Amino acid sequence: MEPRARHRWQRAAAFVLCTAPLLKLAVDAATHGLTANPIEAVLHRLGFWTLTLLCASLAATPLHDLAGLAWPVRLRRLLGLFAFSYAVLHFLWYLVVDQGLEVDLVGVDVVKRPFITVGFAALVLLVPLAVTSTDGWVKRLGYRTWKRLHRLAYAAALLGVVHFLWRVKADTQKPAIFAAVVGALLLARLVPPVLARLVPGRSGP
Amino acid sequence: MARWRPDVQEAEATPEGLWLRRREFLRLGAAGALGLAWPRRPRAASGPSGTALPVASRADRAGGEAPTPWEDVTGYNNFYELGTDKTDPARLAGSLRPRPWTVTIDGEVKRPLTLDVDALWKLFPLEERVYRHRCVEAWSMVVPWVGFPLEALVRRVEPTSRARYVAFTTLLDPQQLPGQRRAVLDWPYLEGLRIDEATHPLTLLAVGLYGRVLPGQNGAPLRLVVPWKYGFKGAKSIVRIRFQETQPATTWARMAPAEYGFHANVNPEVDHPRWSQARERRLGEFLRRKTLPFNGYAAEVAALYTGLDLRRNY
Repeated sequence: MEPRARHRWQRAAAFVLCTAPLLKLAVDAATHGLTANPIEAVLHRLGFWTLTLLCASLAATPLHDLAGLAWPVRLRRLLGLFAFSYAVLHFLWYLVVDQGLEVDLVGVDVVKRPFITVGFAALVLLVPLAVTSTDGWVKRLGYRTWKRLHRLAYAAALLGVVHFLWRVKADTQKPAIFAAVVGALLLARLVPPVLARLVPGRSGP
Repeated sequence: MARWRPDVQEAEATPEGLWLRRREFLRLGAAGALGLAWPRRPRAASGPSGTALPVASRADRAGGEAPTPWEDVTGYNNFYELGTDKTDPARLAGSLRPRPWTVTIDGEVKRPLTLDVDALWKLFPLEERVYRHRCVEAWSMVVPWVGFPLEALVRRVEPTSRARYVAFTTLLDPQQLPGQRRAVLDWPYLEGLRIDEATHPLTLLAVGLYGRVLPGQNGAPLRLVVPWKYGFKGAKSIVRIRFQETQPATTWARMAPAEYGFHANVNPEVDHPRWSQARERRLGEFLRRKTLPFNGYAAEVAALYTGLDLRRNY
């Protein structure tokens, strides 16, 4: 397959995979697969997929730098935009469906409850990243500035994990797994520069 | 072998189509999620199952509200000894063997008892009580319990004058309760009541649901039901009931003392630090409803707490 066609297929496959959780929600909703408290179940699932897709988008760079894979980088924008979309759906679900559009109460939550404060902060951080995700914005900002701006994704992922960790009542297993994954993905970014310093002339820009 | 080069070229090369397509998937996502996760009424209801219990009397103490369907009462549970997801207990309850089952009632009593759970409930006429059940997580249901008033048992064992509290202990057995293999909480689960709470006529020891023997996921074979308190006060799969002079340590209050207290009375005015307790979602309903003081049982129980600062004693 010629590269352009292959890239199109990869994007199409990633697109389908990223929408699969919504499809699964639809199927489960129709077959009573969302527990006796479907509003809560949907809220939790949307949050789960936000974090999962954030991790997937953060995996592109290490997969490129450490494993030499190019295709994850090509899908990074799509993954990031899907992560943002799930984050928006998660928040809207909480605001509109879970809280019945009681904007005042949600405002109190955002200010008063630390786990909601950090979750909201993560969502806010993702907004400029989604807005500047186009090729046009990369050119307008210049690649260096754009790249620096998009490091906000690290902060958003960390805040997202804290949001999850502070939400659970006692069982921290799932948020701990996300914390380990995000931690590993961020640490992996240090490997190439450290290697370059340890082994001069081995590689590097 | 690691290759290190700036990853600009591939990202730059991603074609124009995506920006257009994002609206498409945002729309799709929004429509999909909003349209599809509506709460629906019970699945092709299988209905109550299990051994029927001889129920001598019935009382609706939930203001005429229809009980939450059997499938939801037995399929959506907080029983961390059988897993921390709401659907885990129903799935894992098979490992719990609720019969034969020995219960010990001891401590500051004149006539301590150690007997089989079926011998225990046969000492008292069984009653059905339909109660509101309010979880500390701000969801609630309506449950037709079958059991006997704890008060009747208290009278039978004759507490001494030193019996000021009653402590309840859940079974400790990681074979039967696989959730205990992880130290999510400090096992075994401990709960407690003041003696006046324990002898209040609303306080129930439940052995059944919907006229049937209590399923494992609901705390078989014997559990505590205190309808004006948050659900976590209702110790499940009880093996020991101990009367004592001092206030017993209780599991959640030990785990997070800023979030869970010994009293745990349902109180819309005192928030859990991480969420409001002013409203709750009744399972099966779409909009949250206002939470009632003492879960709607204030007329009967508020007098127990006269002079007690309910903000500090949450």
